[in-house]
Amino acid sequence: MKVKCPTIFLFLSPQVHIEHMKHLEAIGKYFIMVWEVFKKPTKWPIMRSLILKEIDELIYGSMGIIIFISFFIGGVVTIQTALNLNSPLLPKSLIGFATRQSVILEFAPTFTSIIMAGKVGSYITSSIGTMRVTEQIDALEVMGVNSLNYLVFPKIIATLMYPFAVAISMFVGILGGWIAAVFGGYAPSGEFIKGLQLDFDSFHVTYAFIKSVVFAFVIATVPSYHGFYMRGGALEVGKASTTSFVWTSVVIIITNYILTQLLLG
Amino acid sequence: MIEVEDVHKSFGSNHVLKGISTVFEKGKTNLIIGQSGSGKTVFLKCLLGLFEPDEGQICYNGQYYSELSTNERRDLRQEMGMVFQGSALFDSMTVEGNVMFPLDMFTKQSKSEMQDRVDFVLKRVNLIDAHKRYPSEISGGMQKRVAIARAIVMNPKYLFCDEPNSGLDPKTAILIDNLIQEITQEYDITTIINTHDMNSVMEIGEKIIFLKNGYKEWEGTNKEIFKTDNEAVTDFVYSSELFKKVRQMYIEERN
Repeated sequence: MKVKCPTIFLFLSPQVHIEHMKHLEAIGKYFIMVWEVFKKPTKWPIMRSLILKEIDELIYGSMGIIIFISFFIGGVVTIQTALNLNSPLLPKSLIGFATRQSVILEFAPTFTSIIMAGKVGSYITSSIGTMRVTEQIDALEVMGVNSLNYLVFPKIIATLMYPFAVAISMFVGILGGWIAAVFGGYAPSGEFIKGLQLDFDSFHVTYAFIKSVVFAFVIATVPSYHGFYMRGGALEVGKASTTSFVWTSVVIIITNYILTQLLLG
Repeated sequence: MIEVEDVHKSFGSNHVLKGISTVFEKGKTNLIIGQSGSGKTVFLKCLLGLFEPDEGQICYNGQYYSELSTNERRDLRQEMGMVFQGSALFDSMTVEGNVMFPLDMFTKQSKSEMQDRVDFVLKRVNLIDAHKRYPSEISGGMQKRVAIARAIVMNPKYLFCDEPNSGLDPKTAILIDNLIQEITQEYDITTIINTHDMNSVMEIGEKIIFLKNGYKEWEGTNKEIFKTDNEAVTDFVYSSELFKKVRQMYIEERN
């Protein structure tokens, strides 16, 4: 049967057309995978222990790097803002204000998520991919276990804890900014804290948490997709991890734009 | 018993299985042999229910797989044990955890009942002191034994093995073959082994099916394979000088 080419792709060369169709197929396969994750659930006592293990691996295990990065990013934002506010007419409290806005709105939820896509995403892809290569996923399926539910569902639930990590990132980022401002001589402590409190809108925190929940779902599912459907050997596991990081970052950045437009635009 | 009736399977334009019919009997070790690309793995996956045949039927103790509901298929899966080529043990679990996994997943047994069953099957496959060790800490032969223990822990009616002695030294390979045969007879299960190993063919092949280019080229026992004139079978089985001599001696002895 001859398949009619969608009009939108008619102007493309055959190779580009095939490439686009592959991407569309992958997107469809991803959503089918997500649907399958929630079917035929694993026994609760087993699932509970899997969820706790994943919280430990994915969230608790990432806290060190999140705290480290947030502290220094907060400091850098403060220094750069201070260095760009040259006019004596501008109050020093703006340094605190800019740091708060940058950290809460963007750096804590988005920048941390990109870091998590690298750290957690590669771990998810390589662990599931290795299970695929060594036939452990086939073993689960032969036993009658819904392997997607068993492997991916605990990761989705564990990453729901991610907003807590983002909250810590916000606090540490602002703390880093305060230390950089006060000890670097860019702004007195009182001015910086005054700036932190200036025109505070609590919806900005809500917005950051909504974003972090969506990013958490992306971080759990996109790398799982790349690991679960990979084919080949050890080399392909490595390649799948890299591809997974690229696509997770792309999805996070696009989702970030859409959510910002929807929630703040 | 598993009855296979005219099974066909294709992937796109690639017609892999071309009308295979046979019967795998209960309490016997049934072997599927053939060159790489002959359709052995696809056939085994059809028998496991991982691939659905395009045409034909597979009947498990009188139940046609295609007529079973999703729940009945799930129940049937729990009557199957599978030993994978690379053992496919869960890296994150100890030997004990691997063997306990199906019990934990599908039964309502208490912890002590499960522990007793795990101890029993591990003892049956001659693994006494490996309970708390991880798969990476044990040898290939021990991993195969753990895989067999995991496959039989649910008292399966059907045991499938995909090249169970690949990567093992000849002595361990024979031990694994003998263990599978003993278990098959002891628990009266239908065992199907996918193999390239000619020692297994000679030692435990109570029924052998030879596949070539997706067709069933020949079937018989390990005694009959010595006598067969089928050129494809003799080319494949007696490809080494050693096996040619073994066959010659066998024929001379009988004459």
